[in-house]
Amino acid sequence: MPQRTPLYQAHVAMGGKMVDFAGWEMPIHYGSQLDEHLQVRATAGMFDVSHMTVIDLHGLQSRAFLRKLLANNIDRVTMPGQALYSCMLNDAGGVIDDLIVYVRADDGFRLVVNAATRDKDLAWIGRQAESFQVRVAERPELAMIAVQGPEAVTRCLPLLPGNCGETVRNLKRFTAVDCGDWLVARTGYTGEDGIEVILPASQAGDFWQRLYQAGIRPTGLGARDTLRLEAGMNLYGSDMDEQTTPLESGLEWTVAWEPAERDFIGRQALERQRHAGSPRKLVGLVLENRGVLRAHQKVLTDAGEGEITSGTFSPTLQRAIGLARVPASAGVNCEVEIRSKRTGAKAVKYPFVRNGKALI
Amino acid sequence: MSTSIPEELRYNKSHEWVRDDGDGLFTVGITDHAQKALGDLVYVEAAEVGNVVSADDACCVVESVKAASDVYSPLDGEIVEANEALEDSPELVNNDPYGDGWLFRIKPTTPADFDALLDADAYAGLLSEEE
Repeated sequence: MPQRTPLYQAHVAMGGKMVDFAGWEMPIHYGSQLDEHLQVRATAGMFDVSHMTVIDLHGLQSRAFLRKLLANNIDRVTMPGQALYSCMLNDAGGVIDDLIVYVRADDGFRLVVNAATRDKDLAWIGRQAESFQVRVAERPELAMIAVQGPEAVTRCLPLLPGNCGETVRNLKRFTAVDCGDWLVARTGYTGEDGIEVILPASQAGDFWQRLYQAGIRPTGLGARDTLRLEAGMNLYGSDMDEQTTPLESGLEWTVAWEPAERDFIGRQALERQRHAGSPRKLVGLVLENRGVLRAHQKVLTDAGEGEITSGTFSPTLQRAIGLARVPASAGVNCEVEIRSKRTGAKAVKYPFVRNGKALI
Repeated sequence: MSTSIPEELRYNKSHEWVRDDGDGLFTVGITDHAQKALGDLVYVEAAEVGNVVSADDACCVVESVKAASDVYSPLDGEIVEANEALEDSPELVNNDPYGDGWLFRIKPTTPADFDALLDADAYAGLLSEEE
């Protein structure tokens, strides 16, 4: 039986086309993925992301544990409410998952990890936690709703509990605040301003309806994927996995090499690769002609073959965009094999779109 | 979800429709059901005019934001025309699957094969079985 979020009935009532996603019955769209995508870029859209896994850490050695567990350095965030994006690596430097960790007011930490990797993440975290004084607790009774777009924050403020509106208005990007038993974070996966709200499942339906009444339309997983790809954000399982390191995945910026004595899991393997030079890199691609880039298409470069890891038609740019893993020395011009025909493409810096604006 | 299945057309199991244009040529497109299942189309790789195809050969590709899907020829014959408007406006297939969103025209080797395709009732039956 697939799992359902607390908003399942609301999705069906709003015309959501439900599909299986990592064992969850989720809305892929509510009629038009394109309209939903463009709406987020123009005004605001809301996403049910309750399938994602929330894990709380408590205990004296929580911070010491995260210094070991994460490739990014938890000591970059010290104040309650600060958030950090990081990869969690295996001993070979491969990516087990990417996650966001929030510093909580009670000296604890909250991790949000991917739904598709829940089981292995919990197993790994549990095993690593054995040698630390830390309690690991999954929070399946919490739901999570993202509201994203240039008007998202303004429209949400009156709907937040208590006096939270004013606090959230002034919330810096990539920070969070507790509003009673809600956690409201100025984070997201679209390249737009917006918030992500973690709240008790019992209150999710009511908040969702009030967002709808405030003119915010539901947005499915389809648009979530095209929005994040335009924003140049990696998707776990597509753009990186346990066979690839952050250095091969465009995520070196998330690896904290200093202080050198911080012995995080995967560090030795990663340092070897860093000194030898990573054999592959992740690049943004745009197709020069008509067509659509798709994951697993072959990329032919002057330095050898590569592969598209994520590809789509960009609704904002009205052309095909993608991420591709190619040999490290590959140049700008390349070709992509689409249905056994080769067509010209160019490697570009990404993100492709930020805050509603085309960057290429 | 309600779906439109015009009476005067014939259908293929792979969700193409065929219209007898009365001049020895037949127009082909994808059904309302098919366009709904695919979602917003963003690219159509047109059938190649002059290509000689067999029934059930893949002869053009429609791509939505989600995925690429082959479109199969319902008849043996020669592709004589492709809908050029779809190059700039693939969304015509979503907006008007049985009209402006047509995909190609074919000159069949055996026009009588048209009669062996599914009629509207049979196609409606196929859809209810699939559900």
